[in-house]
This record gives sequence, structure tokens and C-alpha cells, in this order.
Amino acid sequence: MHEFDWSSIPGALPFLWDGMVISLQITVTAVLVGIVWGTLLALMRLSSIKPLSWFAAAYVNLFRAVPLVMVLLWFFLIVPSFLESLFGLPRGSDVRLASAITGFALFEAAYYSEIIRAGIQSVSKGQMAAASALGMTYGQAMRLVVLPQAFRNMVPLLLTQGIILFQDTSLVYVSALADFFGAAYKVGDRDGRLVELLLFAGAVYFVICFTASRIVRYCQNKLKVA
Amino acid sequence: MAMISMNKVSKYYGSFQVLADCTTQVAKGEVIVVCGPSGSGKSTLIKCVNGLEPFQSGEIIVNGVSVGDPRTKLSQLRSTVGMVFQNFELFPHMRIIENLSIAQIKVLGRSEGEARAKAASLLDRVGLSEQAEKYPGQLSGGQQQRVAIARALAMDPICMLFDEPTSALDPEMVNEVLDVMTELAKEGMTMMCVTHEMGFAKRVATRVIFMDQGRIVEDDSKDAFFEAARSQRAQQFLAKILHH
Repeated sequence: MHEFDWSSIPGALPFLWDGMVISLQITVTAVLVGIVWGTLLALMRLSSIKPLSWFAAAYVNLFRAVPLVMVLLWFFLIVPSFLESLFGLPRGSDVRLASAITGFALFEAAYYSEIIRAGIQSVSKGQMAAASALGMTYGQAMRLVVLPQAFRNMVPLLLTQGIILFQDTSLVYVSALADFFGAAYKVGDRDGRLVELLLFAGAVYFVICFTASRIVRYCQNKLKVA
Repeated sequence: MAMISMNKVSKYYGSFQVLADCTTQVAKGEVIVVCGPSGSGKSTLIKCVNGLEPFQSGEIIVNGVSVGDPRTKLSQLRSTVGMVFQNFELFPHMRIIENLSIAQIKVLGRSEGEARAKAASLLDRVGLSEQAEKYPGQLSGGQQQRVAIARALAMDPICMLFDEPTSALDPEMVNEVLDVMTELAKEGMTMMCVTHEMGFAKRVATRVIFMDQGRIVEDDSKDAFFEAARSQRAQQFLAKILHH
């Protein structure tokens, strides 16, 4: 029977906290960039300009058909040397965080674009017609009339996708980046208490994600009433 | 010169012809009622006037501007032509007052204060001043449609298009909308109305256009139309719509 020994956790909390900061940093940046880039992809996909629509379709299908961990590895292997040569950074500078964020953002944008595309299509065609009839350009009608309604319908889905993304950030361990999961693993490995640390990390992920999804559900009900 | 002039307008969905050689003129101040059985192309016809529906051949000139000309800036043209839809199409995420001012500000470049003042006076005119700060979902259908008319008027349009403005309303709300339209007509607004409200047509219309299968079958003064429709199809339609 395994004897649990949790004593290495309290001392490691500051290090684990630093890991959590990195996880949250990746999540928040990837969600924000993912939504902006995803919106652009969705607009391209719905565009009547064929090359734009093809590009967006190809992008989305490519990223959705490849495992996330593989995308992260590509970015880990390719982006650092690319950034080094682009910005003239000294060789071996630590761009793991930047490459991880880029990888996540580009990957998530593919998923966000599909959510946003469905959101745009959920707004009745008559709204676009009414905005156009008032003399708004396509861009104005999208920005002022269609997208605000689409996003309102999509908020719960976008947040849920953000929660999944938060869990997925643990995959950055492939680039040896000390996110929360990576930090827990390192501490456990160092102290020979891997099981305890991984259980602890799992519990923390669970509490955060479960709470967040409850909040999303609460918001969803609120929106329904309004 | 005619305010709206259509010359041999035809439109197809694939191989199906929705509009066939439609030709008519609307002079300034005229009130035209467009009627006909469902699927006859009447809604499509008036949506061609402001370019919401593209057409493949023929020509539509609105106040001297050709709608089908690729050089025409459609958004510019549409800002001068008011349109009211069957399902109101108010913007549900904006307050009533914002529904009336947004296009004034973003399209016409009016200041916020100017736009709101105009919006408030139009709301007063349709009897809905009290509702300015509400959202569309809090209003009845009839109220929403009156707001939609006010929203179109806020752009100071040179003419107004109505696409079955009372079809989605409960019967007791039809009159409040027709009253606003009647008043508008009396003030000399040029109007094209797709509607089944023959009472409105008899009271207000200067001319009636009857459509069937994408063609303009009758285009006559209202008296001539109601007393002696020439085509058999229009006679049948009137018999059905008036005697039940």
C-alpha cells in the first residue's frame, strides 16, 4: 500500500503558483487571439470571395485534423529558430512561452472560427437585410448588428472552449515549459513524490474547471431569461 | 421624372423565373399597393428597388440612380430609400432610441445629439415616446412595426418600401400600423406597399399593381382595379380576398 506524503507540497507552492501563472497566461492570450483570429476566419469562410473562403476552410480543416500536441511540437521546433532569425535574438533565447502561445492561439482559432461561424449563421438573415436597407455597408452591418448578437448567443460556448483550452495547456510539457502541470511534475520528480503531486495538480484542475463551468452554466441561464 | 422607374426587370433563381419583364413607374407622391397571390414575386419586386435582391436583366432607376449599375454605391442609395419588413427586424440588442439613431450616426454622419433628437420626435409621431429606453423584445408587434417605420423615416428617405408590414401582426394591431402608413401617405410620401390589406389600398392607394407568376398583370388606378379588374386572374384574386 502506497503511503501518501504530502509534505513536499507546501514548500513548493510558490513554484507551483508560477506554473499556474504561465498556464493562465497561455489560456487567456490564446482565447483572446483565438477569438479575434477565429472571427476573421469565420468571416472569410462566409465571404463570397472564393479564395478567402477556401483559405479559411483549408486552415480550419487542417488544424482540426491534427493532434494539438503535434501542433505544439511543430511550433516548439520551428518557431523559436524562426523568431531568432526574425528578431536577431541570440541563439538559444527562451521563446518557449511565445511559441506555446502562438501554437495554442493558431490551433484554437480553428475551433473558435467554427463556433463563431455557427453564431453568425444563427442571426436571422433579415437583420443583415434591415441593416443594409438603412444604408450600412457590409462591414458596418456585421460589426454593429450581426456580430454583437452572434457573440451574445455564443458566450457560453466560447467560455466552455476556454475551459477545455485551460486543460489542454498541460500539453506544453512537451516543450519542457514549467506550466502548472509541468511544475507539479518537476517537484514530484525531484522529491520522489510524483503520485501526490499529480493528484494535487489534478484536484486543482478539477476545482478550477468545475467552478468555471458552473459559472458558465449560470451565465447561460441568465442570458436565456434576458 | 419618375421617382422609381422599372424597365423590363427579370430575375431568376437558377432556371426558375421569379420576375418576368416587370415594367412600371412610380411618380413622386404616389402610393402604390402591390398585391397578388403568394409566390407571385411581389416582395422580390420591391426588394429589387433598393438592391437587396439582385436582378439579372432590365433596369431600375431610383431618383436618377441606376440600381443595377455596378458603379452605383448601393449603401448610399439605400440610405435614401426607407424599407419596412414583415418581421420588423428591429435590432434586438439595442434600445428603441438606439435603433432609431444608429444609422443616422454611422451612415449619415449626424451627431449623437442630433440623431437622438430626431429619433425622439419620430417616436413621438408614432406615439411611442414612452418606449424609448426599452428593448424591442419588450414591445408588442404593432409597436415594434411602428418603431421600424420611425427608424426608416429617421433617415429622411425620398421614398418608402413596405414589405407586407402587417402580415406578421395580430389582427387587433394591424390598424395602428396602417394608421401610421395612412398618415405618411397623406403627407405626400412616395410609397410602394406589398400588402393584402385591401381596405388600406382602397383608402390610400393611388395605383394598384397586381402580380401573378412573376409578371405585372394589372397596373391601374385603384378605382379601375377594384371596380373593373381586366384580367381574370385579378378578378379571382379579388373575389377570394374580398368575400370571406
